[in-house]
Amino acid sequence: MSVAEKVKEIIVDQLGVDAAEVNPDAKFVDDLGADSLDLTELIMAMEEEFGVEISDEDAQQIQKVQDAISFIEKKKGE
Amino acid sequence: MSTALVTGGSRGIGAAVAKRLAADGFDVVITYVSKPEAAAAVVADIAAAGGKASALALDTGDAAAVTAFFAEHFKGVDLHVLVNNAGITRDGLIMRMKDEDFADVIRVNLVGAFTCLREAAKIMIKRRAGRIVNITSVVGQSGNAGQANYAAAKAGLIGLTKSAALELAARGITVNAVAPGFVETDMTAVLSDAVKASFAERIPLKRACAPGEIAAAVSYLASDDAGYVTGQVLGLNGGMYM
Repeated sequence: MSVAEKVKEIIVDQLGVDAAEVNPDAKFVDDLGADSLDLTELIMAMEEEFGVEISDEDAQQIQKVQDAISFIEKKKGE
Repeated sequence: MSTALVTGGSRGIGAAVAKRLAADGFDVVITYVSKPEAAAAVVADIAAAGGKASALALDTGDAAAVTAFFAEHFKGVDLHVLVNNAGITRDGLIMRMKDEDFADVIRVNLVGAFTCLREAAKIMIKRRAGRIVNITSVVGQSGNAGQANYAAAKAGLIGLTKSAALELAARGITVNAVAPGFVETDMTAVLSDAVKASFAERIPLKRACAPGEIAAAVSYLASDDAGYVTGQVLGLNGGMYM
């Protein structure tokens, strides 16, 4: 499974949204209805899944689905 | 069967709470620091009564040790209840109180509770359920001469309880505090008769609290019946503070 697919799966699982809603430009808060606790859980789930550490500063930059995918791909590529 | 973790479970209130939660049907894990034989006795008592329990060494005041403890022992565990009970006292008047006496009490009683709560919350949040009970003290509400460090830590626990209750409510986790007054334990056995007498005088019910009475309150807060109770401080102080 690609990073993008895995990230989308985590988002669907954590936020309880329909997979069809999870498009690259979807914003977690505005479009997918996430609150601050949801975002924290999402970040922690991605940290666990991909074995990376996401700082609070980095986490604040992750606002859209594509932001999360790009961030993980970059981290994994390092 | 889900698990209940009781920190400082080898003696006093913690031991009574561990036994009660085991009787309620939880798999109980107790932690201890200085008394492995006392912890083993609590485990044996629980087993003899038909319950399930184990004891593990943990200094809750050592944040790195707490994180490692959860990673090692609680991966995949169905943790439903955390009772932050571990605590120490280093009594003394403020003007004579050493920096480390203040810092040690804050580190174990408050920082330790925070670290355990954080690690437990990570598990409970995935389960979408959980019960956290922090054992604070009447002195965190009323203050107490000679216990500036302990009272500050216990008052801090109340703020921690309320904040955690707000943060975790949306995930079905309740966080409450139990605030005992004067309870007959090793911690209070060291007090002089004069101090004990002065306590008794200030207690409208005119007696000390038994550890089992604290355990009954924790049992309630850990139960399904208490699902609508969160962010509360339940005082068991014989009317000493209202």
